[in-house]
Amino acid sequence: MTLDAAVLQLAVNGAAVGAIYALVALGLVMTYKATEVLNFAYGDVLMLSAFIGWYASASLGLPFWAAALVAVGAAAALSYVIDAGVMRRIAGQPHFSAVMLTIAVSFMLRGLAGMVFGPTSRRLETPWSGQTSRFSGVVVADISLAIIATASVVTAVLFVVLRTTRYGIGIQAASQNQLAAYLCGIRVKRLNSLVWAVSGAIAAASGVLLAPLALVDISLWGVVLKGFAALVLGGFGSMPGAVVGGVSIGLIEQFAGVYLPDGFKDVSAQLVLILVLLCFPRGLLGEAHGRRV
Amino acid sequence: MSGASPLLEVRNLETWYGPVNAIRGVSLEVAEGRIHAVLGANGAGKSTLLKSIAGVLDPFKGSIRFADQEIQGQDPDAIARRGVVLVPEGRQVFPFLSVRENLLMGAFARAGRGPGEATTLARIHGWFPRLAERAGQAAGLLSGGEQQMLAIGRALMGEPRLLLLDEPSLGLSPLLTREIFAIIARINAEQGTTIVVVEQNAAIALATAHDGTILELGRAVASGTCAELAAKQDVQEFYLGHGAGGWTKQRWKRRKTWR
Repeated sequence: MTLDAAVLQLAVNGAAVGAIYALVALGLVMTYKATEVLNFAYGDVLMLSAFIGWYASASLGLPFWAAALVAVGAAAALSYVIDAGVMRRIAGQPHFSAVMLTIAVSFMLRGLAGMVFGPTSRRLETPWSGQTSRFSGVVVADISLAIIATASVVTAVLFVVLRTTRYGIGIQAASQNQLAAYLCGIRVKRLNSLVWAVSGAIAAASGVLLAPLALVDISLWGVVLKGFAALVLGGFGSMPGAVVGGVSIGLIEQFAGVYLPDGFKDVSAQLVLILVLLCFPRGLLGEAHGRRV
Repeated sequence: MSGASPLLEVRNLETWYGPVNAIRGVSLEVAEGRIHAVLGANGAGKSTLLKSIAGVLDPFKGSIRFADQEIQGQDPDAIARRGVVLVPEGRQVFPFLSVRENLLMGAFARAGRGPGEATTLARIHGWFPRLAERAGQAAGLLSGGEQQMLAIGRALMGEPRLLLLDEPSLGLSPLLTREIFAIIARINAEQGTTIVVVEQNAAIALATAHDGTILELGRAVASGTCAELAAKQDVQEFYLGHGAGGWTKQRWKRRKTWR
């Protein structure tokens, strides 16, 4: 295999992982913009939904797509309940309290997953597991292509819904001026919970996509840290930035794993995070204006 | 103000702003189809009164009845969907949405009232032609006067039965202020929309409105038709600035009696 082919192959793998990071970052930025809460429980919703997908597929014998849908539905319901039942009660309190609360929820979810599913790693079988395609000398795992395709569709649907539908614009409106949104008669509280539900659904989608690459176990929540790195790189609070940042982090990780000394792969996302914060904290596509008070 | 029960009836309202007792027992009646001006100095509790009616602040005591139903303590979005729509102080537009999208958001308050949205939108464009010209522009890029028009237009998209305007002239030139008040009078005349307007500029408010209430330090000290209010010596002296004694007299030493 030539060097070019190796680079292309790495790029596809990196883009596949990056597509998952982009989804993770998208889900995070949605709740951040709607409710100004950085959701640290996000990774645990993701991990739990990967377990649910595995359970539906391996124990209930559902086909992969059905299992994925079960996971997405469960995660959406769980996130809706987290917002409507927990986060809504401390609306108006300092951001710090809200963040601590999500950390508390994250530990509870992690504990729950440990109690129900145990510490064993599981394998989620997909229709593409172990298959490859060949494009003019480049061998690509089908699962990578499936991940890229699914993530692109999810992202595109999300953008179209937010830009063109009445409720999508309502979500934007509520994040720009919450008081004015209330006064327009928008059911802001319900809309915020719906945003959390959509964010949870995205978490489940990334969890189910990540499961075939990694294994389904409790440490899966750690992908949320890659999501944070993607957010900071792309520009905090920017949805296109989340996508750009996610894909970039995925590519950087893949190439760092091959061309840099051992160990760089695992810390590269965090290195990028630190470098971006030090050198250009606004990120690639960060909003030009400061935070509106 | 007689006959059928008023559209809005505020009874002994008391609202606290943290430790500050901003409204100390205000009562107010607004009959359907009227423009009601709420006048008063800074800190008199005018904005707090509107915020309490709209549900932005929860009153501590008292009742607010709209169309014979108690609405105090409800969420602001629920009150908006009942048809009580507040245009808040300081033109709270959605800065990154276009003018068209801003107006569209106002339609969430309709809850089935009024004609089709296209009809309402055409009517609003008739009142504020500049909103039609700027339909595709981001609201944050509009001038102050245009943003105020947008905020009023957005509220009208909700087909309000009661429109609450908080200082529509704030930060606008005298010319624009007159333009806005002329449109407020037109909206009331053409659609019969009941309007409560809070205003610092007493002259233009008394000239536009039918009835008025004067608040001082959280209490209603005078109310009546605008003609009655404008005839009061204290109103002339302290709000309209042409008192009998003129500026040479030490008028701050005189005690207001509101007669």
